[in-house]
Amino acid sequence: MNLTLHVWRQAKASAPGRMERYEAKDVSPDMSFLEMLDVVNEKLIADGKTPITFEHDCREGICGSCGFMINGVAHGPKSGTTVCQLHMRSFKDGDELYLEPWRAKAFPVLKDLMVDRNAFDRIIAAGGYITARTGSAPDGNAIPVPKASSDQAMDAAACIGCGACVAACPNASAALFSGAKISHLGLLPQGQAERERRALRMVAQVKAEQFGNCTNIGECEAVCPKHIPLAVIARMNRDYLKASWKDRGAVKQDESA
Amino acid sequence: MKLDSRVPSGPIEQAWEKARFDMKLVNPANKRKFNVIVVGSGLGGGAAAASLGELGYNVKCFCFQDSPRRAHSIAAQGGINAAKNYQNDGDSIYRLFYDTVKGGDFRAREYNVYRLAQNSVSIIDQCVAQGVPFAREYGGLLANRSFGGAQVSRTFYARGQTGQQLLLGAYQALEAQIDAGRVTMYPRTEMLDLVVIDGKARGIITRNLVTGKIESHVADAVILATGGYGNVFYLSTNAKGSNCTAIWRAHKRGAAFANPCFTQIHPTCIPVSGDYQSKLTLMSESLRNDGRIWVPKEKGDKRTPSQIPEGERDYYLERRYPSFGNLVPRDVASRAAKAVCDEGRGVGETGLGVYLDFAESIRRLGRSTIEERYGNLFEMYERITGENPYETPMRIYPAIHYTMGGLWVDYQLMSTIPGLFVLGEANFSDHGANRLGASALMQGLSDGYFVIPYTLGNYLASNKLSKVDTGAPEFQAVAAEVEQGVQKLLSIKGKRTVASFHRELGKIIWDYCGMARNAEGLKHAIGRVRELRHEFWTNVNVPGSGDDLNQQLEGAGRVADFFELGELMCLDALERNESCGGHFREEYQTDEGEALRDDENFQYVAAWEYKGPDTPPELHKEPLEFEYVHPAQRSYK
Repeated sequence: MNLTLHVWRQAKASAPGRMERYEAKDVSPDMSFLEMLDVVNEKLIADGKTPITFEHDCREGICGSCGFMINGVAHGPKSGTTVCQLHMRSFKDGDELYLEPWRAKAFPVLKDLMVDRNAFDRIIAAGGYITARTGSAPDGNAIPVPKASSDQAMDAAACIGCGACVAACPNASAALFSGAKISHLGLLPQGQAERERRALRMVAQVKAEQFGNCTNIGECEAVCPKHIPLAVIARMNRDYLKASWKDRGAVKQDESA
Repeated sequence: MKLDSRVPSGPIEQAWEKARFDMKLVNPANKRKFNVIVVGSGLGGGAAAASLGELGYNVKCFCFQDSPRRAHSIAAQGGINAAKNYQNDGDSIYRLFYDTVKGGDFRAREYNVYRLAQNSVSIIDQCVAQGVPFAREYGGLLANRSFGGAQVSRTFYARGQTGQQLLLGAYQALEAQIDAGRVTMYPRTEMLDLVVIDGKARGIITRNLVTGKIESHVADAVILATGGYGNVFYLSTNAKGSNCTAIWRAHKRGAAFANPCFTQIHPTCIPVSGDYQSKLTLMSESLRNDGRIWVPKEKGDKRTPSQIPEGERDYYLERRYPSFGNLVPRDVASRAAKAVCDEGRGVGETGLGVYLDFAESIRRLGRSTIEERYGNLFEMYERITGENPYETPMRIYPAIHYTMGGLWVDYQLMSTIPGLFVLGEANFSDHGANRLGASALMQGLSDGYFVIPYTLGNYLASNKLSKVDTGAPEFQAVAAEVEQGVQKLLSIKGKRTVASFHRELGKIIWDYCGMARNAEGLKHAIGRVRELRHEFWTNVNVPGSGDDLNQQLEGAGRVADFFELGELMCLDALERNESCGGHFREEYQTDEGEALRDDENFQYVAAWEYKGPDTPPELHKEPLEFEYVHPAQRSYK
């Protein structure tokens, strides 16, 4: 099949960008979307042009590196699928596709379709962990965890940090991402000791990174390649509210320590 | 070059404890005075950086990805082994040790492997404490499954995403240390060379992948945890960015490279579909627990699988290996698949594939059980192939997956350059000639959490290191070389793309140094690789400049190193006149087509010393001794 691509080209963060048109010819339906772009890039190089920069690594849908908008949808048309796992059989001959980077103030464009997502790392650094010094752990079976809690924690922990949720949200909110980590750790007995501190610190960091607020639209859940449920946002809000009300002074002291 | 493995003396059960007691300690107040560089942020590097930060060292951690959470450990699916014996099925540290030495076809160091089996127990505890959501039984306790090549259930798992969850545990611990100011993270930064001063590793030269800036970083010790070199084959299950540059440049600065020809072909990957293919996708071998592997009995049988009656199917693993059946180790399963495809009984368009069939398990256990166990893998298979594995058997074929070879390290994980430590897949240490399933995650975390925190301290406390800064002539010289290397690649302005060279190199290595090798083919491959390397350096087209984000330039530097490593792999395979584990030399096989080891002449680690660009490398041998597990022909019949 043959496709027409309109791709956002931007030389660097400080340069202005624009859409450019490319023809993708003889595309096999068995190609992945990124393999189709590889072929387009090989031709651009042969023609002495600058290839399109896009982020990718594992190409198995688990590392979270890849992602851009295809016709306005984060990761493209197939539900539960990252761009690297999206195959060209999801498109048809003559399709016209618009490829744009994630758009959010907290995710500045670095080049073409590649953005800076380090804000996510800083949100995790603010509290998205359980403190367990190496070597200090009790036996793995010392604390039974109900299977249901463990399964729900795993559902939330499946987040790959790709940023599609932010890109899809009209407010560019990071609630699904932060809620997923707060839920994963908050659902486990090991995560209780730091549960309130975690919610307060992570939410504060989300704000500091200038992500927008959540207004329960649900676009994030719709595009999430790992089907992280909206319920994680409700859990985050509950933990945050509870922590804000309860013993605020003690938590503040802990934060300043 | 002298290889001193520093293996402790005395009974193996107490060796690690004794070694730890003999190690010198760094006073808690002095730890912050030491600067440590960790390159790589996967299970080995991430765990090491986090643990060393906790201990109080000043740590700088580097990764080429945009975030440490993206390291390729994240893609490991199946699980992690530990000798917990929670299943009461006869497992023990000794049995895990025994299985690993035997599985490695008696080409690993016994004392290292024993320590690995000991540490496995603490790893699970550590990960559970971090909140890794391992699979659990209804009673709330940890679940286990058996995994390729093991007859006990000792594998812990988190659905089909075990690597992801273990990595996120290490990543979160690392981020906590970054927040605490103990670790400084350098994402999108690639190590391009090692700086050695007075014979000791004292720092690295990096390139900032966004700005192109070449930078120098000084340290008291350098830890490489940069993963394996499977991408030398171009098509592999590795991430596209996985590369050998850090270990290869360290090799050229004096670190011996051990057993480069020991590479692992994983039996259960999705077959290649076309020339544009950019990578191969693994289907976890946990699928072999419930899937049965077969091909038609007749050559060239083009019927669909459902049209082929039971009696006309050859369940060749169950037939050839009745006691292990579909669970034989990876090297055995891969070769058996190649053998039936070579006979013309392969399936799919290309004839390079075999069926992995779940019909019987679905009948016996019900679809929901299968879905719970492998749901995400089945979905992934369907996304890629467009076929539904609940209804029609999967098609699978072997693909390169892991490299057992790597930089030579002693028992303390130090390379032949003092102060340069190597962890995880980047080193050669624990898997011999073949790695067992669910053992890579175990080794990465064992090295990072439970070995390097002790051995690094021992090195720092026993060596008086002079004060060095980036103004040192050694730093200036290496930084200038790196800069020249970048400019050289950009100035060639030839006709062929980086990917076209990489693809051609990979095909040569796969054809001649892949699942089966022979002397004639290897000699031919060495000649072809040299020719192609020459063409690369005169005809590669690297567009753009060096002072901004340039993915083609990054790729070109990596491929340049793969050329040199690929040649060394062939040389090592040619020199090892025996078959063992993943290294199968067609000249050396039993009458039944199994690997034929030669313990008398080849029971050693082959450690290669770099001698210069146009000088053959020098082979050093570290003899292996087996006091506990006596070498025997591996039999899975």
